[in-house]
Amino acid sequence: MTHILLRHRDIPDLDKLAVYEKQGGFKALKKVVTGMRPEAVTQLVMDSGLRGRGGAGFPTGRKWMFVDKNNWPHYVVVNADESEPGTFKDREILESNPLQFLEGVAIAAFAVEAHTAYIYLRGEFWPIAAELDKRIAAMEKAGYLGKRVFGTDYTLKVHTHLGAGAYICGEETALLESLEGKRGQPRIRPPFPPVSGLYGKPTVVNNVETLTNLPPIINNGADWYKSLGTADTVGVKIFCLSGRVRKPGNYELPFGITFRELIYEHGGGIIDGVPIKAIMAAGASSALILADDQTLDTPLDYGSVHRLGAELGSASVIVLDETVRLDWLIDKTMTFFKHESCGKCTPCRDGSFWMKHLTERIRDGNGSAEDVKLLDSVARQMQGKCLCALGEFSTQAVVSSIEKFPGDFGIKRKVSAS
Amino acid sequence: MTDRVTLTIDGKQVTVPAGMLVVDAAKKVAVHIPIFCYHPKLGSAAMCRQCLVEVGRPIIDHATGHPELEDGFPRIQFSAKLETACTTLVSEGMVVLTQSERARKGQKEVLEFLLTSHPLDCPICDKGGECPLQNLTMAHGPGKSRFLFDEKHHAEKQVPLGELIFLDRERCIQCGRCVRFQENVAGEPVIGFYQRGRSMDIVSFSEPGFDSVFSGNTTDICPVGALTTADFRFGARPWELMAAASICSQCAVGCNTTLNTRREARSDGQIVVKRVMPRQNEQVNELWICDKGRFAGYHYTERDDRLLKPQVRRDDKFRSVSWDAAFLQAAEKLQDAEKPVFLVSGRLSNEDLFNLLQLADGLGAETLLYTNMGGGDLTGMVGLTSGSNLADLGLGDVILVVASDLQEEAPLWWLRIKQAAERGAMLIVVNPRETKLEKHADYVVRYAYGDEIKTIQDMNKATHKIHKVFAKAANAVIFYGSEGLGLEGSSGLAGACTSLLVDTGHYARPNNGLVGVWQRANDQGAWELGFRPVKDLQVIFDKSEVVYIVGADPVGDGAVRLKKRKPFMIVQELLSTDTVGHADLVLPARAFTEREGTYTSGERRVQRFYQAVPPRGESRPDYEIVAEIAARLDTALEREPGLVMDQLAEHIPAFGGISYLKVSEVVEQWPVINRSELFYGGAVYENTQGLGMQLRPAPVTSFPVSKGKGGLRPKEGLLLAVPVNKLYDQGLTVLSAPLLRERIGELKVCMNPDEADRLGFENGARLRIGLNGNNAKALLVVDPTVPSGILLVPRSMGLPIFEAGMPVLSKVRKKVTG
Amino acid sequence: MTLIEKYPQEVKQILARYPQDQKRSAVMPLLYLAQRENGFVHRRDMKDIGAMLDITETDVASLVGFYSLYHDEPAGRLRIQVCTDLSCALRGADDFLAALCESLGVEPGGTTPDGLVTVEPVMCLAACDKAPLFQVQTGAGLEYHERMTIEKTLEWIESRKEAAS
Ligand SMILES: Cc1cc2nc3c(=O)[nH]c(=O)nc-3n(C[C@H](O)[C@H](O)[C@H](O)COP(=O)(O)O)c2cc1C
Ligand code: SF4
Ligand code: FES
Repeated sequence: MTHILLRHRDIPDLDKLAVYEKQGGFKALKKVVTGMRPEAVTQLVMDSGLRGRGGAGFPTGRKWMFVDKNNWPHYVVVNADESEPGTFKDREILESNPLQFLEGVAIAAFAVEAHTAYIYLRGEFWPIAAELDKRIAAMEKAGYLGKRVFGTDYTLKVHTHLGAGAYICGEETALLESLEGKRGQPRIRPPFPPVSGLYGKPTVVNNVETLTNLPPIINNGADWYKSLGTADTVGVKIFCLSGRVRKPGNYELPFGITFRELIYEHGGGIIDGVPIKAIMAAGASSALILADDQTLDTPLDYGSVHRLGAELGSASVIVLDETVRLDWLIDKTMTFFKHESCGKCTPCRDGSFWMKHLTERIRDGNGSAEDVKLLDSVARQMQGKCLCALGEFSTQAVVSSIEKFPGDFGIKRKVSAS
Repeated sequence: MTDRVTLTIDGKQVTVPAGMLVVDAAKKVAVHIPIFCYHPKLGSAAMCRQCLVEVGRPIIDHATGHPELEDGFPRIQFSAKLETACTTLVSEGMVVLTQSERARKGQKEVLEFLLTSHPLDCPICDKGGECPLQNLTMAHGPGKSRFLFDEKHHAEKQVPLGELIFLDRERCIQCGRCVRFQENVAGEPVIGFYQRGRSMDIVSFSEPGFDSVFSGNTTDICPVGALTTADFRFGARPWELMAAASICSQCAVGCNTTLNTRREARSDGQIVVKRVMPRQNEQVNELWICDKGRFAGYHYTERDDRLLKPQVRRDDKFRSVSWDAAFLQAAEKLQDAEKPVFLVSGRLSNEDLFNLLQLADGLGAETLLYTNMGGGDLTGMVGLTSGSNLADLGLGDVILVVASDLQEEAPLWWLRIKQAAERGAMLIVVNPRETKLEKHADYVVRYAYGDEIKTIQDMNKATHKIHKVFAKAANAVIFYGSEGLGLEGSSGLAGACTSLLVDTGHYARPNNGLVGVWQRANDQGAWELGFRPVKDLQVIFDKSEVVYIVGADPVGDGAVRLKKRKPFMIVQELLSTDTVGHADLVLPARAFTEREGTYTSGERRVQRFYQAVPPRGESRPDYEIVAEIAARLDTALEREPGLVMDQLAEHIPAFGGISYLKVSEVVEQWPVINRSELFYGGAVYENTQGLGMQLRPAPVTSFPVSKGKGGLRPKEGLLLAVPVNKLYDQGLTVLSAPLLRERIGELKVCMNPDEADRLGFENGARLRIGLNGNNAKALLVVDPTVPSGILLVPRSMGLPIFEAGMPVLSKVRKKVTG
Repeated sequence: MTLIEKYPQEVKQILARYPQDQKRSAVMPLLYLAQRENGFVHRRDMKDIGAMLDITETDVASLVGFYSLYHDEPAGRLRIQVCTDLSCALRGADDFLAALCESLGVEPGGTTPDGLVTVEPVMCLAACDKAPLFQVQTGAGLEYHERMTIEKTLEWIESRKEAAS
């Protein structure tokens, strides 16, 4: 099939300006800037049903509509922090299809009447940022960015900004703090960024993949986009497949394909043909889903996965087979969350610290049944109390593993993965 | 929408302004929601999550826009999650449950999380006894820990953040109050968090560590024993302490304090002061005091060289005498002298000064105020009046600060002016060199030393931008100081400022007027009572027969040089100063901690201080000594301070209506500080002893025309030595506090880099400075903010630079090597 | 030398990216610049950056402490950071780290005696389909090495050793 987002897979050298132009590049931006009113662009995106691909799935057009028109200037900030374990889709876009992404950034900026956009990349994307800077310069030269975009009065400056190793900076308000030169800790919400964001100004924060959808939506129309995917979730999605599958990688597919198709058809099945055990659909933040037949036949869209007691989030599907012990797994996730807890709020800061002690003890075979119970209770004690979603995320794998795979926590013995 | 909202908290109905937080609204009806990170002065951070409550809101019928009813009552929908009371705004019909099973469970659970990282060292913790965490744990904490003790977070326990404040890393609960105080209130973010997650830690990278004059306040608002002051650590347990209300005697702001005292073996079983704490007065210092007040507040009163007995000089030696003999000799000397002179300072209370005035009246004595700053006659006429509160100034108002480095001279005014500027008041800073206040100013006006009066006069021309700003402003206040100016210059400056205020109509009503940045706690009071300085003290000393010096050290300051023929000197003092060394009769006075009295602050607020500790030796309160002398001269003066005040109020119109009863009145203040819980406002003392009372405007219709000239200007080839006031200097009141020695340091003089280049000096060079015949070694600090031709010389740092009128032209002599 | 004396061009470019009244935003890029030379941020550079942006040294330091890509202490010239997070660990990353440490004779987090290589585990690097992998952080920047084996890694280290000598 032909790709909409990962078009570079079909078209060589799509990251070159000339190639991209030849392949219909910047047509959408031109159409928008020279022929549409900002509100019309927003409406079109609203009509397309596009929802954010950063994890929360918030309707993109609706977010833009919240932008406060009585407070200026406006900003667009791109969330390219991509730090959820198991997520590596934005990276491929940024590396291989950067121009479509940048065109999307410009469309969003025009729609919310912003004249400055920042792309906040995780620090590890340092080389990617350097490449993006060159492409931004080339686009400015060609009149697609900078002063007088397409010869109109519209001006747009796009800058890259590197984070420096903090998962929490993917959370949009922590990201904004970080961009302001502060410690990346989440803000109290409300107000939400479209009302008060960067420097206290109305700001739209969107994910890389979200924005990369914009050029094709503008070119082909809202109805076309709505025809893809399912009634619950329209459009296409890049599924990041990782873990115990033969062919891990990014797969751009319409919403609604099943876990089975994704894992067995696209991913080539499980390494060594071992039976599948469980699935994490949204990276390390996921609740574990027991991988039975019913699960495998569940279509991948927000609603269906939610009904399985989990979330699709950014669609970072981590596959676990029978060789994986879950006491080991939750110790891995807790290592991550303890390390990444920003420390601002008590339940997450002290809860993850406590949980990590317990998971370690249990993983090493030194835990008791009481410890498992305590772990479960500590995790639940954190829920509903944290300032941002990170704290909540950290409890998901723990609580669901203990609930759905009690067997992995019953026996005391030394265990390890794979 | 109305601007008031009615809601129910734990069954109590409360009506509060819209926009209020639930936690504050609860406070209004005495429901104390536990908090750690929220603080009414710091706002919400939502970090600790301790304030979880159940919140319900009426369900609104979309068709009618009115709440849906059930049995005649609005149907309430409770949110699925608990909400943080510190971030939730009140709304009409809201129902808040702080004690429901769900809310209490949530609060307990958060408390348990906090305790997983908290050490169990309450028995040796300085906060023990006034620790919100300890109190909440006793009330709601789990009896047994579910957490393994061995796995507790361990960290360094005694980390100096500087030499004044210590951090116990283990005890810190990461509420961020200290960091937010420094950033948002003090405006000096010199402490911060390092690392993240559970490893998050308070650090200071400033030099010196925790370099802020407000640092001590963080130890009051720290809800655990993580931050403690170097002077109180391991000093005492809070429950052993007695508390006496006092007023800080270190500057003209008049911060309300509480002196905590205890009987102590180390001090021979005496009751001594253990620490100075802020006492809430929202019109003066809110909940804060500066580090000078905290760390140097009382130490000078406990010096070993306190005068303990009356003494007379006989054969050039001091001999102790009885009070009776001393009183008699003083009375005789004063009576026999042709025109005795009383030289007094603003360190004395209103009561002392009033009795002195009465005595002088009877004797026909001349009364002089010992100061090098003038203009108090004008602040008495156009100063702030009853009903003024700097906290009321904001949008539409203007504040002008001239010739003062306010953070060094009156830290709390600096703070409150900064806050007014943040509320929108226009701030104009007029100074010959950069000061810290400028960062918050809307306009900065720079003038050359010598041009201060002209600068303000120019501003008062109708076409001048600043004149227009004043003319338009709802309220205007001017703070003027004496940087670069002597008595005459500062008088002239006060005159120019008065003209600007009077011409634009900003006087004789609340929140308008002129404030002098005095150096002593009661300078304003002395002016109000009619004491006036004289241009040349030397002349006085040269010609007078008897001088009665109370609370001043003109000899030590270099204000007078004693010649062979000198007057008979009666010196009434706390400490053996240089002036005492040359006295003929020494009368030992009590310190403010050992007696009662009132000071009149620069904002013209009369405030009362109380006795905290027993007197040293045979010392007596100044008003009483004066009354005793008067009695020997058949003049009856009051000996009870309250009665002296009654007399004062009768005689001095500005004091009309003031009495001890009045100044001791309290009204409820916001925020409500309540030492029964401690988590809301911190360890700060609530004010139960009086908020003070402001003086009336003087009934004046015409004002003297300003005529003084400004200070001196630099001259070719010579440096102009300009005295500046430093918060921490070698004056006895500061130097006596051992803890502050490091901050005081040595004499440092500052000059411009070009100037230094020209003279061939490098930054850090050791210089010998000659000034008016005095010499001192000094360290040179090359500072680009100093204008050229100028040498900044801090006052009271070892090089006498008390000028009876003008700054002194001086030459920097030579480089001292080694 | 101060940062601005050393890299006048870069500092100017960095500052130009942010509104003039929001200079503070430049602190993170400036910290990268400060880290370029020695692979860690020196205290005097923190002071320097603070002065440039009108914030306190403590403010700058607290960022160095918060973000894991800034270092306040020197390490080996090549900081090899192996992702051992969940997805990579499911594909043998823990074993890879252990084996690499063994071949270099260091503990995780340790530095080889010649001061060339530091090996440490890190969190997810957004390349989960290419495990085992590591990134190398030098002062000058970052590079990824994906789908690695111990042999390939050691060879690469050798080549860098030669380049250095
Ligand atoms: C802890 C945490 C980490 C997050 N990390 C990312 C991330 O790496 N990338 C991302 O795009 N969104 C991330 N998000 C979601 C963002 O907060 C935000 O919802 C998103 O950037 C909005 O863009 P979208 O509407 O285009 O999805 C994260 C959220 C949380 C709570
Ligand atoms: S839940 Fe709390 S501590 Fe954790 S990342 Fe969010 S704000 Fe920080
Ligand atoms: S979270 Fe509300 S007081 Fe700390």
